[in-house]
Amino acid sequence: MRVAYWPGCVSRGFTPELHGAMALVAPKLDIELVELDRANCCGAGVIAEHNQELVDTLNARTFALAQGVGGAAGMMNICSTCQGAQSECQERLDADSAYREHINSNLEAEGLDYEKDGAWWNKNFLWLLVEDIGIEKLMEAVRRPLEGLRIAPFYGCYVLRPTSRLGYDAFPERDQYLEQVIEAVGAEPVDFAGKHKCCGFPVITMNRTTSLRQAGRHLADAIDAEADCLVTPCPLCHLNLDMQQPDAARYVERDLGIPVLHLPQLIGLALGLDPKELGMNKHVVKTSVVQRKIAALTT
Amino acid sequence: MPDYTLKIRRYDPESSGPAYWQDFDVDLPPERSVLDGILKVKNENDGSIGIRCSCQAAICGSCAVKINGVSALACNTKLSEASAHAGAVDGAIVVEPMGNMPVLKDLIVDMDAVHWKKIQRVVPWLLPEGDPPEREYVVPAEAMIDVTQAMACIQCGACVSACLSLEVDPDFIGPAALAKAYRFVGDPRDSHSEARLRDLAEDPHGIYDCTHCFACIEVCPKGVAPMDQIMRLRRRATGDYEIKDANNGYGHEHGFVKIVERWGTLHEAQLLPRSFGEGSLVKGQTKPAAVMQLIQALPTALRGLRRRKVTLRKALFHPKLPDQKQVRRIFREIETKEERLELNLYFVDEGGGAAEKEPAMGDAGAER
Repeated sequence: MRVAYWPGCVSRGFTPELHGAMALVAPKLDIELVELDRANCCGAGVIAEHNQELVDTLNARTFALAQGVGGAAGMMNICSTCQGAQSECQERLDADSAYREHINSNLEAEGLDYEKDGAWWNKNFLWLLVEDIGIEKLMEAVRRPLEGLRIAPFYGCYVLRPTSRLGYDAFPERDQYLEQVIEAVGAEPVDFAGKHKCCGFPVITMNRTTSLRQAGRHLADAIDAEADCLVTPCPLCHLNLDMQQPDAARYVERDLGIPVLHLPQLIGLALGLDPKELGMNKHVVKTSVVQRKIAALTT
Repeated sequence: MPDYTLKIRRYDPESSGPAYWQDFDVDLPPERSVLDGILKVKNENDGSIGIRCSCQAAICGSCAVKINGVSALACNTKLSEASAHAGAVDGAIVVEPMGNMPVLKDLIVDMDAVHWKKIQRVVPWLLPEGDPPEREYVVPAEAMIDVTQAMACIQCGACVSACLSLEVDPDFIGPAALAKAYRFVGDPRDSHSEARLRDLAEDPHGIYDCTHCFACIEVCPKGVAPMDQIMRLRRRATGDYEIKDANNGYGHEHGFVKIVERWGTLHEAQLLPRSFGEGSLVKGQTKPAAVMQLIQALPTALRGLRRRKVTLRKALFHPKLPDQKQVRRIFREIETKEERLELNLYFVDEGGGAAEKEPAMGDAGAER
């Protein structure tokens, strides 16, 4: 399956291990990634807060570039935040033809045009994995079932809410896909209070207390539920849950220290890839607990 | 008739006991509401069950509870839908009082202690200039369209219950009250828009304490989309009045926007420094708040460097997009327009585009 691929800014910035892991995992699942190297930042909700016409134009530009990729089934991202921010713009662009024409007029100078097309889609890797690759095919591809690994799913708000915008009418189980994937790779999904909550990242520079209390609480809940690690399809969640974890521990006044995996890393482990290749040594919270369990499985 | 099980969280403040769960079976047709179920149980099984309700038609906003963990009006949720929900326990519909507010009894929470207190916090009445006119205020209908979405609020508290910022910061003014604030900020008759915005921007628990999680949008039974109203407040505060708040909301927005304008993608290493310089890398770095935040962020940056997530080279140099001049052109053309364009889907008919209708575009900056 050929897809126009939008990795987002953070996967090429502060979470390079995510971008690398996706590149390794894609061919093993027969996904051909055509990277959109001319596309721009999705705005992450911030440009939307600044100027709606601006963010709609920027994302219409990305969609137009993706629609220009020959033979692509659709567009794929690896960031919950990109998904949500882009879906918000797409919803407005698709709702009103006069508005869409107006936004497209902003792209005319570049010769680009976003076309409303009910068959065209933009999906997070998690959605694509379950809906287009399929759980069965994933199970067939597993080379190293992750038996005994207890994994707490963390989705990120932008792929959960609002359900009316994010395709839940057609795919009502999108808020359960992580558990389905965790099971498919032979691991055990851990239910905990934080799985559908907010990591706090959007206010990290404006209200550090609110932000890190949120992150800290969810990590603590996952630890109390006896998870070995968390897994997330969102690199921004990863920044708050992993990179900020030592600070978050101070805000909830307890020890934390639970590794957080990116979704493609989890898949990569099950497909038999080496943890180091998947960038698991680049996390702030060491992933040795997971790596030890994996090593025990292999031997 | 199908049998439904209601698993109701009970709490009696006059007993010395803790809260507990109690199951009740109820025979009702599937299209009847969870509230119908609760009232039937109350009438036939246990009259002591506490629940607030009145209109039973999703208008009065009295009967908000959590159903299977989701805040909703009990009268607006069908038994069949609730029992099929992923949060139901073996088909039993879990009913508990709203979150983020103290429980008074069973399903009744103390709205005064949280919700109404926060509503009062935002001065929820019109503050017009000068003496009131002899008769009514005359306002063109178009001028009021912008606030009708916020006016649709029925004060049920579902958004307050679901708010994930309130969960960790009880002082957050919260979604319902901030949506109410926009109702007056956006009202052309109100003369205190700037003062209201300054107040809400400077308050550490104000508009910049919203963590953008969409929980309020998801649960609102009236489509008020409180988070969208909070984003409108931010847009007015930064765009119309350039309020440079102590919480760094203005700085963060401008830093982010400037970076994308310059490089096309986010240069993360420069986001924090630029947010204190209102978009500029050097300006503003000597502000005490900036120095403190940068010091706070230093351990994170060092951890990133140590684990080789971030290399020094990447922190210092960020590539521009191949045709960044096009992105710059888009910024230049849109940012220099006199009016900000906003399409609010609340006013676009369902099915929208197919109707080929006039766009419901409005000028968001009523001040200009």
